[in-house]
Amino acid sequence: MRYALRRLGFFVLTLWIALTINFLLPRLMPGNPALAMLSRFHGQLSPSALNALEIQFGVNTHESLLSQYVSYLHGIFTGNFGLSLSEYPTPVTSVIGSAIWWTLGLVGIATVLAFGLGTFLGIVSAWRRGSKLDSIVPPTFVITSAIPYFWIAMVLVLIFGLTLHWFPSQGGYYVTTDSPGLNLTFFQDVVNHAFLPAISLLIATIGTWILTMRNTMITTLAEDYVRMARAKGLSSRRIMFDYAARNAILPNLTGFAMSLGFVVSGAILIEYVFNYPGVGYMLLQAVSGEDYPLMQGLFLLITVAVLFAILVADVLTAILDPRTRAES
Amino acid sequence: MAMPVSGVPTETPATQAPDLGSGRTLGRFGRAVRLNRKATVGSVLLLIFILIALFPGVIAHDSPTQDAYTPQLGVSTAHLLGTNHYGQDLFAQLVYGTRNVLIIAFVVGLATTTIAVLIGVAAAYLGGLADSSLNVLTDVLLVIPIFPLLIVIAAYAHGGTTLVLIAAITLTSWSYTARQLRSQALTLRRRDFLEAARVRGERSLYIIVVELIPTMTSLLVASFLTNALYAVLFASSLQFIGLGDPNTVSWGTTLYWAQNNAALQTGQPLWAIAPGACIAVLGAAFALLNYAFDEIGNPALRPVRKVRQRKGTEQRAGK
Amino acid sequence: MLEVSGLTVDYILDQGNVRAVDDVSFTVGRGEFLGIVGESGCGKSTLLFAAAQLLAPPATVAAGTVTFDGTNLVGLTDDQLCAMRWRDMSVVMQSAMNALNPVTSIGAQFKDAMRAHGKFTSEEIAARSAEVLKMVGIDPVHLRSYPHQLSGGMRQRSMIAMAMLFTPDLIIMDEPTSALDVVAQRSLMVQIKELQLEFGFAVIFVTHDMSLISHFSDRLMVMYAGQVAEIGATKKIFDRPLHPYTQGLLEAFPSIRGPRVPLKGIPGNPPDLSRVPAGCRFRPRCPYAIEKCAVIAPDLYPHDGTLVRCLRREDGSLAS
Repeated sequence: MRYALRRLGFFVLTLWIALTINFLLPRLMPGNPALAMLSRFHGQLSPSALNALEIQFGVNTHESLLSQYVSYLHGIFTGNFGLSLSEYPTPVTSVIGSAIWWTLGLVGIATVLAFGLGTFLGIVSAWRRGSKLDSIVPPTFVITSAIPYFWIAMVLVLIFGLTLHWFPSQGGYYVTTDSPGLNLTFFQDVVNHAFLPAISLLIATIGTWILTMRNTMITTLAEDYVRMARAKGLSSRRIMFDYAARNAILPNLTGFAMSLGFVVSGAILIEYVFNYPGVGYMLLQAVSGEDYPLMQGLFLLITVAVLFAILVADVLTAILDPRTRAES
Repeated sequence: MAMPVSGVPTETPATQAPDLGSGRTLGRFGRAVRLNRKATVGSVLLLIFILIALFPGVIAHDSPTQDAYTPQLGVSTAHLLGTNHYGQDLFAQLVYGTRNVLIIAFVVGLATTTIAVLIGVAAAYLGGLADSSLNVLTDVLLVIPIFPLLIVIAAYAHGGTTLVLIAAITLTSWSYTARQLRSQALTLRRRDFLEAARVRGERSLYIIVVELIPTMTSLLVASFLTNALYAVLFASSLQFIGLGDPNTVSWGTTLYWAQNNAALQTGQPLWAIAPGACIAVLGAAFALLNYAFDEIGNPALRPVRKVRQRKGTEQRAGK
Repeated sequence: MLEVSGLTVDYILDQGNVRAVDDVSFTVGRGEFLGIVGESGCGKSTLLFAAAQLLAPPATVAAGTVTFDGTNLVGLTDDQLCAMRWRDMSVVMQSAMNALNPVTSIGAQFKDAMRAHGKFTSEEIAARSAEVLKMVGIDPVHLRSYPHQLSGGMRQRSMIAMAMLFTPDLIIMDEPTSALDVVAQRSLMVQIKELQLEFGFAVIFVTHDMSLISHFSDRLMVMYAGQVAEIGATKKIFDRPLHPYTQGLLEAFPSIRGPRVPLKGIPGNPPDLSRVPAGCRFRPRCPYAIEKCAVIAPDLYPHDGTLVRCLRREDGSLAS
């Protein structure tokens, strides 16, 4: 229990720091970027909206830094992230809402698959050390884990999208012909469009899982309790999963959470290449359109999601490893 | 009169000081690199890239920025990778771009590792409040997703020069390495050779620099390689989405122009694929070297020769 | 019951093979307590694991047989060995902290072992688990505990309890007391001996602590540099150690009751097994070495019921 509280405390602390960074950045950067943004959108905004923006970004305002900070935090906790400039006057929250499901679906499924498949391959590869499988797996995935995510996406687009025409290479669905909703054509097209991006994400991220799982498995297999399990005459499968993998996966869980940051980066780039209408693509559009409120909102969303996933992984570790639960 | 005595229970050899002679360490690394196939491939690739970066003019005969050629030419002997939409020679762009990429890789790799050493080792050695506060700082920076943060920073900076890129990446990516170094420093801290130095009366700084850090060499090298790799990936990704300086010649910026001109869709696939391939190969070189050093440092991970058990009775003659 | 004959174990390494166990032979009869003593690195643990077919790469059995109840174990696969494992032969390892699965409870690990060798109901498993724990003096409530929640002594004893689940014919113990303090060591040894006398199983006990084993073992085997130096009845060896190495070991620790004598250690270090010297392996450190000791490698020579590997015992030039 104490452990869970500690992790929760850390979550809150990091969240607060992320919020503060978000607040300070536009004020700290040289060249006053917020001013540039305001002058660009000046004509399209109502005076009250303009005023709100000025406070949000600390431009031309007479309010002290502290009171700006307080109203900023207040806005966050009441769910008011401001209005999007590129989709004025839609609030940032609704703009994000339209994109979030695309990313969740894509990243969620691809990551779960990559983790599951990768961990399993890592276990088997370590168990069969010295076999042909084990001599191919590590070098192959060492290399794939160093390949930039967007390049994998590009290659797949080129081969399977543009040359072979097996899958569409743009967008989340056929915008012109599909009507979003609960109809079969829509679903089919969504899956079709999601296939290449998902495979890109899978190929890009699976390497890390395989390699770290294999390495921790190898160390675990050398442990005395594995030898003891052999001495007891337990079946290979039992030893592999209950004794070795069960212990080896623990550091992996924390690593999994840690690398979520990279999965997110990969998703952003892959969405960019595929023009996939998710949160990452939207972030990049917001950047080029100088829509800072939207950008800030998206950054916070991504950060909170990653932090939350890490919290979940920590709790899972506590459940699986009784040693962390021990009150020392 | 003290002769080494046996026959009484002996301690495990953890009391031996590890091999610290830098000359011997270098020699050991050199031999290890030659023996390990992955390390050899990785180093050769890296060397090739370094040579290209140092002497671009020797390899590519065209200027990368001069748009003097017919646009969208295919592959030919005059233009090894064809020309792009603006009539620039693609091969020249990639060759000259190597320098930018390698500078980013090495500078960030070095800077990040240095910061990580300072913070990680200091935290481990100082302990107490300093350790806890540095830890919190490190952990917080560790979990905040780096790439979105970089995007936001670069967005506010309206895309920066290479220097801005280097600074931003360095300031955000040292935390993982700092954690690794701290935990290794903690393990080493209790080892007897450090205790011996303390008892000799050496000052803390001396102990840290002269005794502790040299034993972490393999981890330091691995950290450098990892950080260099991620620097390349982050920097080229940022350049790719337009947040680098579009006018510098680099692999990422070439990709940016390719994407801007819909190179894949308009039948100029090489424009987009080739720079990405370069990044992939350089990344692979770093990753292979890193993996090889993992194996060198941790013998348990080395490739195992499958051993076949002899079946049945095998009586040894005589005896 | 157990006959090890000519067992040889090599470590296959990049820089060449290292012979950790060289042509070792011994027998263990029913209910017998055999102690194996030697320095760190003499190959005793490797020998033990080889006998139990628990070696892991790069170690491999290069030659020899291990005959248990008439069956040669060398070369059998894990599946083939499964039937015999734990029912007839079980293992107790050095550090229970490392030998017990840290993420499952003690009871679950007992259950594992039982389930692997027969169909038992949950009640039978629970009952037997509680029974063996009580045998070693642990409250059965600890079946629910995790290894890190028990003290070092309790962990070791629960390992012994686990080894007794099927009351095997032979229990192999690899330095089970080394991780404990002296008081706990002694009480554990007494407990092991009591259990042995009550249930009649044989024990092979590996240790570097000669003084500890001397009070409990029936027979003693002294190992040096991968070979058997001396093997025979414990009392005989203690009363009259034949091999110079054994003599050195016995002289290295003081007797609490005897007269005060200056402590004598054995100068030098054990040989590097990747570069074994010619002739007798103990010669560099032997106070009685003569010229031919550097040339001829001695075999085991029977001397009044004990086997000893010494040329000077063989030709009788060394007076006892």
